Amino acid sequence: MSAISVSATQDAWGPRLGAFTEACAIPVIALVIAFVLFGVFIAAQGHDPFDVYATIYRGAFGSWFSVQNSLLRAAPIMLTALCTALPARAGFVVIGAEGAVVLGGLAAALTGIALNGAMPLFVITVMLLVGMVVGGVWIGAVGALKHYRGVNETISSLLLNYIAIAILNFLVFGMLKDPATLNKPSTFPIGDDNMIGVIGESSIHWGFVLALILCVSYWFVSRRTPFGFSLDIVGGNVRAAQVCGLPVGRLLVIACFLGGAAAGLAGAIEVAAIHGRANISLNAGYGYAGILVAFLARQNPLAIIPVAFLLGGIRASSGVLQRAHDLPDATVLVLQGLVFVCILASEMFYGRWQWFPAKAAVP
Amino acid sequence: MMEEGASALGIFLAVLGGAIRVGTPFLFVSLGECLTERSGRINLGLEGSLLMGAMTGYAVSLLSGNPWLGVAAAGGAGLVLGFIHALLCQQPKINDIAVGIAMMIFATGLAFYFGKSFIQPVAPRLPSLDLGAWSTSPVVRAALDINILFLIGVALAPFMAWFFKYTRLGMVVRTVGESAESSRAMGFNVNRVRMLSTMAGGFLASIGGSYLSLYYPGSWNEGLSTGQGLMAVALVIFARWNPVYCLYASLLFGGAAALGPALQSVGITWGYYLFGAAPYVLTLAIMIATSSAQRRLAGMPNELSRIT
Repeated sequence: MSAISVSATQDAWGPRLGAFTEACAIPVIALVIAFVLFGVFIAAQGHDPFDVYATIYRGAFGSWFSVQNSLLRAAPIMLTALCTALPARAGFVVIGAEGAVVLGGLAAALTGIALNGAMPLFVITVMLLVGMVVGGVWIGAVGALKHYRGVNETISSLLLNYIAIAILNFLVFGMLKDPATLNKPSTFPIGDDNMIGVIGESSIHWGFVLALILCVSYWFVSRRTPFGFSLDIVGGNVRAAQVCGLPVGRLLVIACFLGGAAAGLAGAIEVAAIHGRANISLNAGYGYAGILVAFLARQNPLAIIPVAFLLGGIRASSGVLQRAHDLPDATVLVLQGLVFVCILASEMFYGRWQWFPAKAAVP
Repeated sequence: MMEEGASALGIFLAVLGGAIRVGTPFLFVSLGECLTERSGRINLGLEGSLLMGAMTGYAVSLLSGNPWLGVAAAGGAGLVLGFIHALLCQQPKINDIAVGIAMMIFATGLAFYFGKSFIQPVAPRLPSLDLGAWSTSPVVRAALDINILFLIGVALAPFMAWFFKYTRLGMVVRTVGESAESSRAMGFNVNRVRMLSTMAGGFLASIGGSYLSLYYPGSWNEGLSTGQGLMAVALVIFARWNPVYCLYASLLFGGAAALGPALQSVGITWGYYLFGAAPYVLTLAIMIATSSAQRRLAGMPNELSRIT
């Protein structure tokens, strides 16, 4: 092996390894800082931070039961994170996943009720597809409004959240209300036959697998197809994309549609696997958690999977935290906020250090 | 016939009173956002400042017995949150909008965390001026029962317009918002101007929050804010970054938000939840009607076009 071939391999791998190390190290360091800050916050309130962290760990990942619980919570967050992540590759900050979840779930429930009696597999498939289409159109509209009318996508997607929740409330308190549901007005149930089942002996439903499949396929679309590459160009420089002749408007609308479809699917799965009917439980904050996960994963659909599992675990531990330490349920919200702020602040450190300095060139 | 006229007048008065009552927090948050955006920065985290202000104001009012002390403490909380936001945003490669969302989650979490123990107790509320004392009609009196914070906000709007137009400091803020490069060339410290504008914006938003908990609806709970802080961003766009238009826009939004309850009060309950969405639909409709894909919005600070 000559010296030249060694340096050639290093030249090829050095930068890539450096980029990979950077992409892993900076978020991990930011996470550690966030956990330290949260520990200080907890200690200032007179709680033992190590004890609290031990409880969070136990509640999130300590037993097979809690791991399943965390995975179940991660499933919708993975999908809503895709809703932010895909448009974000084109430089689009969409925060409307919550509304797409609500309407996707509502549409799925209505489909399930309408098709009641047909073959369950058919009903479930149509329910999920309808949820996806409704969510996709809802967020696709955000992209269309931006492109054709110049309406800021962050604001419009946010307003659409409130409008979606109002539509849900209007319908479940009004014409679609099942009279049997007094405490929490809901639609009629979709029927036990039409529910998505669980995998084997576990409590994890097949919707989780769907979420995994969607994350992987969105990763493929965004990293291995001309469409994904075009999105990155639009995100890098819109002017350059236009000069290249890329159909910027169509790309934006499609990216928003795909993102919204993922969030709509999250709502449909919540209805078809958990609630069995549409009600205000759909508005559980999965959309907002998804924004956090998407930014933590730096808009990479594959990285969304572990991050969503982590956040699902933190959210799942909220109840145990309340019982064991008498901490309010907003404690995990403080932790989430700190993590989010630290991760965003860490953005400024990218490209600042050379992780694997290149060897001096061989003459 | 007679009755129909009376109920139409009743709806009108209820909407008018609601516009003032519900519009006041919109007014403060939008004035704060207007100031921040004029310096060339967007703060999407004002929703968090609003909630933090509501909680702090309520807690301090309860513990000290003086609601005005609560308002001052709320303002202080807003200053701190604005400071953190500004500090993060002035670092390189940081996305203002994402930081705003993060600060919103963080401040909301803090407000709910510390506010847990203040949900039950009743704190002293802000006093109001009974400007409708001349009338015997309870509807009129309810509509004209006006809080002092509203009057302060009404005075603040033209004052801020004057500040932007005629004071040196106001012109510095506007210059920084139009072009950071020229401001640097002229020797202004861009980061410091934006830092102060963001802090002042947070201060105003938190005062708007203290109005929520100390006057109307007048108690602290976790469902207190319904997105006023976020809608303020849309409202400022609608108001074309003009403080006086912010006042009109806030009243319009308050009136829209009061429409559902006003109709309900005269017995029309159909579509109560749909009318609840009226402010959001109105905002969206206005943004669709007034935005344009081709040109920059009239009155928009030039530096903002780099962010959005």
